[in-house]
Amino acid sequence: MPLVTRWFLRTSLIFLILAFLLGMLLAARAPLGLNNGIAALNPVFFHLVFVGFVTQLIFGVVLWLFPKHTKEKPRGSETLAWSSYVLLNTGLILRVVAEPINTNAPAPIWGWLLVASATTQWVAGILFAANTWPRVKER
Amino acid sequence: MPRLSVYFIRTALVYLVAGFSIGALILAQKGSAVIPFAWRLLPAHIEIMFFGWTMQLIIGTAFWILPRHARMEKRGREALLFSSYFSLNSGIWLAMLSSFLPNAAWLLLTGRLAEGLGLAAFILNSWVRIRPFAAQ
Repeated sequence: MPLVTRWFLRTSLIFLILAFLLGMLLAARAPLGLNNGIAALNPVFFHLVFVGFVTQLIFGVVLWLFPKHTKEKPRGSETLAWSSYVLLNTGLILRVVAEPINTNAPAPIWGWLLVASATTQWVAGILFAANTWPRVKER
Repeated sequence: MPRLSVYFIRTALVYLVAGFSIGALILAQKGSAVIPFAWRLLPAHIEIMFFGWTMQLIIGTAFWILPRHARMEKRGREALLFSSYFSLNSGIWLAMLSSFLPNAAWLLLTGRLAEGLGLAAFILNSWVRIRPFAAQ
């Protein structure tokens, strides 16, 4: 299994744990009478599951298992693969930090961090798709 | 990788880019409030990411990688998987369209039905391929 895949998979498992803990916290809000501001973490929970765990797991497995690009570059561009890893996770972490704060106490800095999060995750998706496309081929 | 898997997976990659683009617009709207129409795209974002990207990538990969039959159509009935591809994608578009139209509950239901038929065709074809390699 290539190094970049190991990073994608292990990071996805960490996000799964974080998502589960956050899900527990959200479920505990009403019965334990916790602060209503916690509800702002709802979209973060869904994106930890879907982007942090599911999509990241898929990215890692695809990079590892899909047909080889060429003999010289079996997994396409390593730079694109690593860039998509760094950008996806930077974007997601920015979202985890900025979104709940921006919902509860909006300020321009948090708003712009959300825009940065949106941009980095978007670029990560495009880089991954561009790197994977030539490997999806008939044999 | 068989041709049908190429169709499924390349379509999934297109949906990935589309879904991430819409998601980025919605998130940027949360932060900057300069793209007010972005919220109208939320149902389409969910539809694309769940059925268009994840489900479609899984179907394409499963069709390619599950144990094959020893007889003629090694990966099962290709026609069934073709119908799954068209049915699933028609359903995605109908469901997305319904989120932009008023009183479109029937359109959404039709979309869900088409998606369901697409998934049923995939399940039907895959069921018999799920077995130990030694049984081939």
